[in-house]
Amino acid sequence: MIREKRDLKPKDLAIITIIGKDRTGVVAHVSQALYEENVNIEDISQTIMGNNFVMVMLVDLKNAKKDISGLRKKLEKVGEKIGQQIQIQNEKIFESMHRV
Amino acid sequence: MFLKYSVEEIFETAKMLSTENFDIRTVTLGINLLPCVSDDFEKLCDLVEKKILNTAKDLINKTNKIEEKYGVPIINKRITVTPVSLVLGSSFINNSKTDQEKCVKFAKLLDGIAKKLKVDFIGGFGGFAEKGLTYADQVIIESLPEVLAQTERVCSFYSLASSKAGINMRAVAKFGLIIHKISKKTKQGVGCAKLVLFANAVSDNPFMAGGFHGHSEADAVINIGISGPGVVRKMIEKNPKDLTLDRLANLIKQVAFKITRAGELIGREVAKELGVKFGIIDVSLAPTIKVGDSVAQILEAMGLEMVGTHGTTAALYLLTDAVKKGGVMASQSIGGLSGAFIPVSEDINMVKSAKEKVLNIDKLEAMTSVCSVGLDMIAIPGETKTTTISGIIADEMAIGVANHKTTGVRLVPVPGKKTGEYVKWGGLFGETVIMSVHHESSDEFIWRKGQIPPPITSFRN
Repeated sequence: MIREKRDLKPKDLAIITIIGKDRTGVVAHVSQALYEENVNIEDISQTIMGNNFVMVMLVDLKNAKKDISGLRKKLEKVGEKIGQQIQIQNEKIFESMHRV
Repeated sequence: MFLKYSVEEIFETAKMLSTENFDIRTVTLGINLLPCVSDDFEKLCDLVEKKILNTAKDLINKTNKIEEKYGVPIINKRITVTPVSLVLGSSFINNSKTDQEKCVKFAKLLDGIAKKLKVDFIGGFGGFAEKGLTYADQVIIESLPEVLAQTERVCSFYSLASSKAGINMRAVAKFGLIIHKISKKTKQGVGCAKLVLFANAVSDNPFMAGGFHGHSEADAVINIGISGPGVVRKMIEKNPKDLTLDRLANLIKQVAFKITRAGELIGREVAKELGVKFGIIDVSLAPTIKVGDSVAQILEAMGLEMVGTHGTTAALYLLTDAVKKGGVMASQSIGGLSGAFIPVSEDINMVKSAKEKVLNIDKLEAMTSVCSVGLDMIAIPGETKTTTISGIIADEMAIGVANHKTTGVRLVPVPGKKTGEYVKWGGLFGETVIMSVHHESSDEFIWRKGQIPPPITSFRN
């Protein structure tokens, strides 16, 4: 029987928002950047809003190499490179605003 | 783990934080100075310095840390102290000249501490005179022109009226003279921008210039001021122009809810980091001179061609009330002034309207009866009579007292300038046009002095 080593550290969730005019390369570039920083993607969703594609990713930062501020800067650079607006925010802000 | 929110909800928040100028307008640390009271002035100063430096030593770096964590800018970091009339009084020796010098020295001490800690303002250089002026009050008030001329970051206030006490018209008369003196002693009268006179002052206001740490508060407390006029305006602009006013009020309420929640999350974390009690959130739509950050523009988005025209007071009432309702639903710790601010020089659309003479002091006075601050950051001619200044103050006090609400006055006579001319103070104080005042005299009314009694509605026992 194989025992899985469980990572008991509590999750440190954040939400990445990616807004742009098209989707070419978005998943590939952003996932690569997150992989490099040891950030785990938990869930992805996307939709079209007006003229923009909006993709959101729920990520876990608990084993991340950088803190959220460092990741923010890295993702901004990635965004500039691929023509997307990328933001990362602590998940608690969304919970506080959108749930009574 | 799965996303609990829809993409639309997430997008809304992301937009608020990126393009709609949502920010935490201020994190204010209130510090109790009563334990420092001493009849030995040097000892008092020493204790005060130690207390403030010790309590606030991590304010800036811990606040910056939280700013980075959430990506929400925290624009101002401030300190409020116990009103100095309660702190300095014991050290006075009944010689007005010497005691006033102590006030100036003390103010410079506070100024130096603010600079050392890198906070942009330190508030509380004031007191309470709703029913009478103590010797300490008189000394402090007389010292204000020097205090405000010789310091940069010290802010002052005086409470001149309350619904329980009525209006101290002797103090109102005095302040007409004092404001005139402050104006002459400071460049373009800017010293007056650091003084607020109140009716029904609140003890937990995190905004300047009127913030102070009330004597009924704990030893140290973090109060947050949130704002977001841009967020509210964008919400209105996104919706149809024929949306009924009740639905509009509901939308504004929902936005206020969201920004309050975000503010509370961040505020509580700052308090926790500093090891200090969390006090209140002041949800006040407060403008800045940044484009898109105007409260007047919200009123215009509601359907008024220019702020100041007929319908403005009604629109402002709707806005202020909706903000309060959203805030109160979001958090059990709402306080301060909470509502909507209308400081003229800090709101580019207000200034535009004042320039076109659509907005005038009389209309602003009406607006103060429904908003949450008062006649704020209004530039008037340098040669305005002191009794006229007192008359304007008295009017605002009456509105507060009769309606059981907080009102304030922050008037700036600009030396050498006349109605229609322009003044630019820069920074947070902004710029504006000099507004006209009535020339007909209020002399004899103001010279009567005495106490205007409290309203019958205060006799509720």
